[in-house]
Amino acid sequence: MKPLFSIGIFLVVYEATARSGWFAAALVPTLPVVAKTLWAMLADGTMAGHALNTLFRVFSGLALAAGFGLVLGFLMARYRPVERFFLPLVSALMPIPSLAWAPVFILWFGLGNTATILIVFYAATFPMLVNTWTGARAVNPLWLRAAGAMGAGARAMFWQVVVPGASPFIITGLRLAFQRAWIAVVGAEMLAASAFGLGWVIFDAKEFLNADIMLASLAVIGAIGFVFERLVFGALERATVLRWGMVRAAKA
Amino acid sequence: MIQVEKVSLAYDTPHGRVLAVEHASFSAGASEFLCLVGPSGCGKTTLLNMIAGFFAPSSGEIRVGGKAVSGQGLDRGIVFQDFAQLFPWRTALGNVEFGLEMKGVPKAERETIALEQLRLVKLEKFAGAYPHHLSGGMQQRVAIARALAYNPGVLLMDEPFAALDALTREEMQRLLAEVWRATRKTVVYVTHNVAEAVYLADRVVVMTPHPGRIKAVVPIGLARPRDPLSVEFLEHQKQLIAHLTRQEEEA
Repeated sequence: MKPLFSIGIFLVVYEATARSGWFAAALVPTLPVVAKTLWAMLADGTMAGHALNTLFRVFSGLALAAGFGLVLGFLMARYRPVERFFLPLVSALMPIPSLAWAPVFILWFGLGNTATILIVFYAATFPMLVNTWTGARAVNPLWLRAAGAMGAGARAMFWQVVVPGASPFIITGLRLAFQRAWIAVVGAEMLAASAFGLGWVIFDAKEFLNADIMLASLAVIGAIGFVFERLVFGALERATVLRWGMVRAAKA
Repeated sequence: MIQVEKVSLAYDTPHGRVLAVEHASFSAGASEFLCLVGPSGCGKTTLLNMIAGFFAPSSGEIRVGGKAVSGQGLDRGIVFQDFAQLFPWRTALGNVEFGLEMKGVPKAERETIALEQLRLVKLEKFAGAYPHHLSGGMQQRVAIARALAYNPGVLLMDEPFAALDALTREEMQRLLAEVWRATRKTVVYVTHNVAEAVYLADRVVVMTPHPGRIKAVVPIGLARPRDPLSVEFLEHQKQLIAHLTRQEEEA
């Protein structure tokens, strides 16, 4: 089934609700109104400016989380003392919602990019870390034996066997990390950002009852998330683990 | 080429000490095809893994090419039973190139050698295919090519065809006999299939379980290629089966 079909149905239901007259038009604007606002914000470049700010924060936080999660995940899988030291910390820190840290980070770093990126980093770190750690431990021992028999040293064993062998988990980790980061950034911008970003736009629009601006921004947030989820991570999977048969596509 | 001398392996389990292999001694000459045959639990795979260097015996010594085995080495290639032994992220060619890459052979030369090995197992047309697109038999052929590519003197094989259907298995045995004739490797081949051992081996080492001991070493003096339906072939099979069943009566 085409993905646009399900989105289309959703929009039709929304439009019918907006036109039903059950709710105030200012609170539930029709799609043409939202579209007009969206177009105006796109045309004058304000939406692009906010989106770029948000993307910068997401990818800064995600890059830090991916780097940190990969390194620590592999170290935990390889060295028992590292695992023993960090596992309780992970278990204790993982259940804390990243947004719960927002007031603390704002106190420490003030409003702005640092606090926002740290919140994103916190949200994205754990899926990356846990998946890398699990993936490295799930590498088929036969591959390690075969590689060892063919003269692979520690370096080759890691880069040529453990990393590709763990890649289905790592890619899933990255995907989850992006989702978490994208969710966290909007909340973080509402609390910790100042004057820029999609989350901030929504929060700011509340002051003036601008439901059309809120919905236009939400549409952009959804669209960007959709593009990355489907295109970027979908393509990454197709180019690697799906092509290698390490994960299978669902049956029709 | 290979000397196994009074090799024992014991390990502790929650139920006490288990002797997986006890005082096993045999040798394999250069270019000899040796089969280790026995029921499960007789220690044949354990013995093969020790020759491969995956772990050391509790006592005794194993020498390959005159040198005592300590750990894995490029003088031995190994093929496992499980199809999953191939690297799924590498093509058939990429898998065969792995050992050459580890040896530091330049890319162009690597590819030439790897293609040659794939031709030997009749898979040169599938060089660019990923393992999951190949059948079980084809994957095992890639595994054989991969173990031969870096030119070890010894090829160790752990029931490589046990998970294949009977028809494919026979085809693979014929192919392996050809590959062995062409490459003249010393082969140690573990199987529980008596007919397979008679078809492939110069000599068969018969093992008995609990503890894993060598019961007999039976030479197979049949001319090659062998006919599994000939009277002499069946005689040899009977002889091996007699060794294997007599031990059960003793136990």
